[in-house]
Amino acid sequence: MKDRIANQFDRARDEGRACFVAYVCAGDPDFATSLEVCRTLIDGGVDVLELGVPFSDPLADGLTNQLAAQRALESGMTADRVFELVREIRKFSEVPIVFYTYYNLVFNKGVDAYVQTALEAGVDGLLTLDLPPEEAAELLESSRARGMKNIFIVAPTTPESRIPLIAESASGFVYYVSREGVTGERESLAGDIGDAVERIKKQVSIPVVVGFGISTRGQVAQVAAVSDGVVVGSALVNCIRHNLDNTARIVPALKEKLSDLVAGVGAAPAGN
Amino acid sequence: MTVQTNPAPRELLPDERGHFGPYGGMYVPETLMTALYELNEAYLEARRDTGFQAELRRLLKEYAGRPTELYLAERLTEELGGAKLYLKREDLLHTGAHKINNALAQALLAKRMGKKRIIAETGAGQHGIATASVCAKLGLECVIYMGAVDMERQSLNVYRMRLCGAEVRGVEAGQKTLKEAINEAMRDWVTNVRETHYILGSALGAHPYPMMVRDFHRVIGRETKTQILEKEGRLPDELIACVGGGSNAIGFFFDFLDDPGVKLIGVEAGGRGASPGDHAARFRGGRLGVLQGCKTFILQNTDGQIELTHSVSAGLDYAAIGPEHAYYRDKRRIDYDQATDAEALDAFTRLARGEGIIPALESSHGAACALRRAAGLGKDKIVILNLSGRGDKDVREAAKQLGEKLP
Repeated sequence: MKDRIANQFDRARDEGRACFVAYVCAGDPDFATSLEVCRTLIDGGVDVLELGVPFSDPLADGLTNQLAAQRALESGMTADRVFELVREIRKFSEVPIVFYTYYNLVFNKGVDAYVQTALEAGVDGLLTLDLPPEEAAELLESSRARGMKNIFIVAPTTPESRIPLIAESASGFVYYVSREGVTGERESLAGDIGDAVERIKKQVSIPVVVGFGISTRGQVAQVAAVSDGVVVGSALVNCIRHNLDNTARIVPALKEKLSDLVAGVGAAPAGN
Repeated sequence: MTVQTNPAPRELLPDERGHFGPYGGMYVPETLMTALYELNEAYLEARRDTGFQAELRRLLKEYAGRPTELYLAERLTEELGGAKLYLKREDLLHTGAHKINNALAQALLAKRMGKKRIIAETGAGQHGIATASVCAKLGLECVIYMGAVDMERQSLNVYRMRLCGAEVRGVEAGQKTLKEAINEAMRDWVTNVRETHYILGSALGAHPYPMMVRDFHRVIGRETKTQILEKEGRLPDELIACVGGGSNAIGFFFDFLDDPGVKLIGVEAGGRGASPGDHAARFRGGRLGVLQGCKTFILQNTDGQIELTHSVSAGLDYAAIGPEHAYYRDKRRIDYDQATDAEALDAFTRLARGEGIIPALESSHGAACALRRAAGLGKDKIVILNLSGRGDKDVREAAKQLGEKLP
């Protein structure tokens, strides 16, 4: 039986389009609103839901996501509450769910126990930002035994000679970080994304998605044309951040942003 | 030609990916992995290169002021009525602390690697000022990240860095101290990794930093050993140093690890109490975890979120301890003790009054332990404190803590 992640990428491929991967921080700005945010994303046509697990020291994240994690922690999000959020989502959706997290949060519970709890809650994959393949033996062993996917990152600074190590460790999909830096919106995209994805795909058999800094419909279309999936994070998180004074506006703002962006994955690239 | 003897097992640590037993490693985003491997390679090459080593030795002597004296604190020794108390005077170094040993060496290495831009974090400001000075000397662009609370506590050092041409960027996130400054420095490094070298200031973070920083501070222990043998004709009974990340301590202790008669004691910040958030004693309140590049003892809550910390000294106010310290604690080779804010302040004034030497508040934690222990030992014993930095930067904070009003 195929898993949720593979099924979703197959379906998108059959439809002749890339997957839309949406990132939000679990519990931002609070549990109830976050659940509504996730529902909105799923109803809005998101193919993969990437849930940030809030951490006190998110060193790979830009300011937008740092503040989101801070809001979530201040509202009382804990590891258990994040799992609870996933269980709530699973009551109404089979969308693939990937955790975007830092290793201390996984290691803290005992790696195998964490993997088991996450799977039981309905998590399909783990992207552990500060865990390179070199340090991932324990997580990989547990994940392989239990059927959890492990998403790994390829960066612009990753030499070709390193890709086989990443390829043999990764499952679900590979995440290409489109530029050096932290998460956050950017005005323009790096120019060589297509070449980079092509080079990765020579050595990787699973889908390759592209993320970091993608925030407009044009950028989504541009990246969708050359990859299997597009990750949008900060642009969505900002819909929450900019409506904190009136949280009733979060869902409408998100809907509007999403319908604009999601159209990008099916559309022809801008200027084409 | 001298015959190279086989290195002792400790010389083989860490392994090639930075593990000290279960501690250390390389826990960083993928973007930095290649930079860390390149840095490791460049460092190992430089370590073998006699030209690099000679240039470093020359600068340590002529620019930094090495060797530093090993000084017998006669009046304090008399007052304590116990062991002879020696001070290793790292406080006499240029820029005021041991930090210059590492900053100078890493900046030379960065130049060798063709990096033109330097970034660093700083807590107390000592590593920041050392880095800013060295960058001015070597003509490198320099950006220092510092928590906003620390900038307030150490405003004089902020201005010193600026005088040397560095840009000091305040960090407003979280607790606004050292940990947040490191996060921000790492974000900068991830963004500008191709042209930038990150001069990490303690024996912390991802491999090769804990190894490299340790090696650059080993000169402290090497000199101490030669000096005490000259002065006393024998090895000391105890070595004592404060431990934030632990760079001064590991550099001081390293060349004594194979001398079983020498007791080694690292002193953590006991802060204002034992409750979470009131101290920075990782071996008392912490447990194994992963933070900012390495696996080590970390102050964290049951959920794995990093705890707030407190210490009167900005340089010890940090939630994780260098991985090599965790390793030698397991091996029972290094013991760890604590000094509270109040004990450190007491030692601060006792050194000033007893010897006319004002220690940094960080070093005052080591001093508190040294005064306590020396008093309890016989007159035939020898205790050496690594006086890792001078207290000029702390005068304002100390006056505030001691309830005195400055004119």
